[in-house]
Amino acid sequence: MEAKQHSNVSRRKIVNRIAIGAIFAAVVLAIIPLFLILAEVIIKGAPEMNLDFLTKLPTPVNVSGGGVVNAIEGSFVMVGFASLISLPVGIGAGIFLSEWGEMRFASFASFVNDVLAEFPSIVIGIFVYVIIVLTTHTFSALAGGLALSIIMMPIIARTTEESLKLVPRSLREASMALGVSRWRTITRVVLSTGRGGLITGVLLSIARAAGETAPLLLTALGSTLALTSLFQPTAALPLLIYTYGISPFRDWQDKAWGASLVLVLVVLVLNLSVKAVTRAKFITVVE
Amino acid sequence: MSKQDLNQPQVTQPAPVAGRSQSKIGDAIFKGVAMAAAIAVIGVVVVLAIELFQGSSISLTTFGPSFFSTTTWDPVHNIFGALPFIYGTLVTSAIALVIGVPISIGVALFLSEIMKERRQVADYLGSVVELLAAVPSVVFGLWALFILSPMVRDYIEKPLKTYLGFLPTFQGTPFGLDFLTAGIILSIMIIPTVSAISREVLRSVPNSQREALIALGATKWEMVRHSVLPYARSGLFGAVILGLGRAVGETMAVTMVIGNSPSITASLLHPGYTLASVIANEFTEATSPLYVSALVEIGLTLFFVALAINIIARLLVWRITRFSKVRT
Repeated sequence: MEAKQHSNVSRRKIVNRIAIGAIFAAVVLAIIPLFLILAEVIIKGAPEMNLDFLTKLPTPVNVSGGGVVNAIEGSFVMVGFASLISLPVGIGAGIFLSEWGEMRFASFASFVNDVLAEFPSIVIGIFVYVIIVLTTHTFSALAGGLALSIIMMPIIARTTEESLKLVPRSLREASMALGVSRWRTITRVVLSTGRGGLITGVLLSIARAAGETAPLLLTALGSTLALTSLFQPTAALPLLIYTYGISPFRDWQDKAWGASLVLVLVVLVLNLSVKAVTRAKFITVVE
Repeated sequence: MSKQDLNQPQVTQPAPVAGRSQSKIGDAIFKGVAMAAAIAVIGVVVVLAIELFQGSSISLTTFGPSFFSTTTWDPVHNIFGALPFIYGTLVTSAIALVIGVPISIGVALFLSEIMKERRQVADYLGSVVELLAAVPSVVFGLWALFILSPMVRDYIEKPLKTYLGFLPTFQGTPFGLDFLTAGIILSIMIIPTVSAISREVLRSVPNSQREALIALGATKWEMVRHSVLPYARSGLFGAVILGLGRAVGETMAVTMVIGNSPSITASLLHPGYTLASVIANEFTEATSPLYVSALVEIGLTLFFVALAINIIARLLVWRITRFSKVRT
């Protein structure tokens, strides 16, 4: 401290400028990759966009035309199946973590849930491979959907917990004071007040699942055929981007960029609509 | 609307006995169902651990602890040692942290300290940075493979080779598909995580800490350096550890640019392999039961690494942000 008082004021100001300059530089460096990636996906993906790309099955290498409709279908079916499982479980767990949060078991469950949310997704892929693919002897949309549901579940549970905890205690007390039972209070008052946060969680988890590749590699495998059954190897957009992207064929690489554009659009639309929903939610909570 | 719902039940009905017992049953059922869902989440983690242990049992009994200390990965002769993958994961994660953490903390400082009075602008900028986290990792991989890798090769690796080629870390021919490129794409991918958590940690530093230094005549940087950063240290450390967790578990982008060859070299310009990418790359091609089992054991390793990283990080972050809720 003593040395500081004697030190040169202008030198300190220069150090301050340099530090703030470095902080600005960090912000610029952090934002550049996003725009580079988005620009590249649009520039390389847009020329691929046409009706055939979205509605036709893949063609063999060097046969022009064809599309990725089976991958879009596969992604849609697996994410849908995953939602069927993860929505009720995730929301149920989130309600428990929020409404019975004072229980010791709840804080433990909340911790485990956070850990599950951060697990490397490839580990979840191995898990589903061992319990489903090995026992049914086939890669399938079912296995892929199950893997995605395990990825979605903790995200939904956490956002549900957080948004329900934002609901003012006074609302619960008012409802209970009128003689309304606890479960009716939760379903009628708490859930409807916190629904903005619930929708946020669901949309975010769908966006995350739609882009997951690693677990699908071990469970759905990928396919060039049309989707006819839940019990066969199934294509998905991220899988197609991976296999086409690392292939040596120019035509496939171009298709990978096209598929990336579709996937990025879906994911960004989901994320941006989350922003709209949360904004609406905060308004209702404040008023 | 919800007001009407509230007014309806039971207020006008003076029949508390039947209603009360009914609602008690309803409460118990509802609590049971919600609790079952929470138990299901825990159950998934427990069953996951058990299945990974069972799936890797052949490899565990065949190789024992030497699995983690031997370097031969030879599927043809059924000899499996995981050290090259552990090494690759450590090296790429280290590069990711060295590059990604200063940038992330810079972003967090910008949002929490420099834009302190303009919270809305800061939140907007913050969400732009976090949008990076929404980009699927396979798209990162595609971009890294076709755009970043040639850029790294021509503008980073070739100059490094020319001017610092005498260092053991920059030996070999720059191809662009190596540890360095994998580390760089990872550093980009951890920025949203580390900066978002760091921002929350920095925002939970009480203002009195800042005011004390400002009152002494400190510049903004001196305030940050001598009061904000020391106070937030453990939380920032937690954010970094969570970033490490992301880097360790990241699969697709790394698999697409690391070159996928099990090797332990000091050179960063050499192709490598990571724990996650060997699973992604070889799992569906594994033919012998021992091969599959060895890959599952690598998954088990990732499981425990991720578990340890998360527990440490959450305890650190939680310790600082927990108190802030009481204070504000």
